Amino acid sequence: MTPSTLSAELNGDAALVARARQGDSTAFEQLVQKYERRIFRLAKNITNNDEDAEDVLQETFLKAYSHLDGFQGNSKFYTWLVRIAVNEALMKLRKRRSDKTVSLDEEVDTGEETMVREIAVWEENPEQKYSQEEIRAILHEAIASLRPAFRTVFILRDIEDLSTEETANLLELSIPAVKSRLLRARLQLRERLTRFFKRKGDDIFAYL
Amino acid sequence: MTSLLTCKDFLTALNEYLDETEDAELRREVEQHINECPNCWVVFDTTKKTLKVFKGVDLHPLPDDVHRRLMARIHERIGKSHQAQP
Repeated sequence: MTPSTLSAELNGDAALVARARQGDSTAFEQLVQKYERRIFRLAKNITNNDEDAEDVLQETFLKAYSHLDGFQGNSKFYTWLVRIAVNEALMKLRKRRSDKTVSLDEEVDTGEETMVREIAVWEENPEQKYSQEEIRAILHEAIASLRPAFRTVFILRDIEDLSTEETANLLELSIPAVKSRLLRARLQLRERLTRFFKRKGDDIFAYL
Repeated sequence: MTSLLTCKDFLTALNEYLDETEDAELRREVEQHINECPNCWVVFDTTKKTLKVFKGVDLHPLPDDVHRRLMARIHERIGKSHQAQP
């Protein structure tokens, strides 16, 4: 999406929110239909669970409806929704984890030497070797393998296209923390995907 | 005077480079480094492809039944609030 269509879309949201506040139910339904796909994808990516993702989707829009009056017009409606959804999703994640230690503030090991292990050239369009279903499974598994602290940052920045500032604000992290987690997430995903996407015959490819 | 990035500096700059930073000096330094360092070129190229693959796929399309149940709950909720304030 280009920046200009994005800003037109956001202006449209302000008008829909205003109508929904005045009791126009079709305006709220339009907002739901506009963002349900993105909110579901976000919820599924964070929770890794169908049932939880559906709960998060429903709770997000029901809470948004109940709190429309509290929505500050100075933030974007979509960012506001994402904030609700991320909080709901993290609560689900914490409930599922027996150790209850899901935290976005966890100490992050910054050992640079662990960041890059696999050096192998990939195919030019690696995704073309696989069916759509296979690609989804490969990418899903790769994301799911990331620790929540990295995964959430990657999802917001690289899948949902939020800015570094928006991501930092939403997750209550500093900007340098977002940047360093994003780099780690990207590099870890790169490592995981190399197994599937590397060019055949390049197993011993290294200049070291 | 040309400053040379080490492989570690390259990794630190990789994100900004992939995010198309407007810092021309940084872009030039990264490009010079990956032209000269085959391993870092591979890291750059495969990380770029990682992002491209993720952008090209909708990982979790919304199932129809999930959409229908959501709309049903929204209608129910909106209906209630209208009854409360006739």
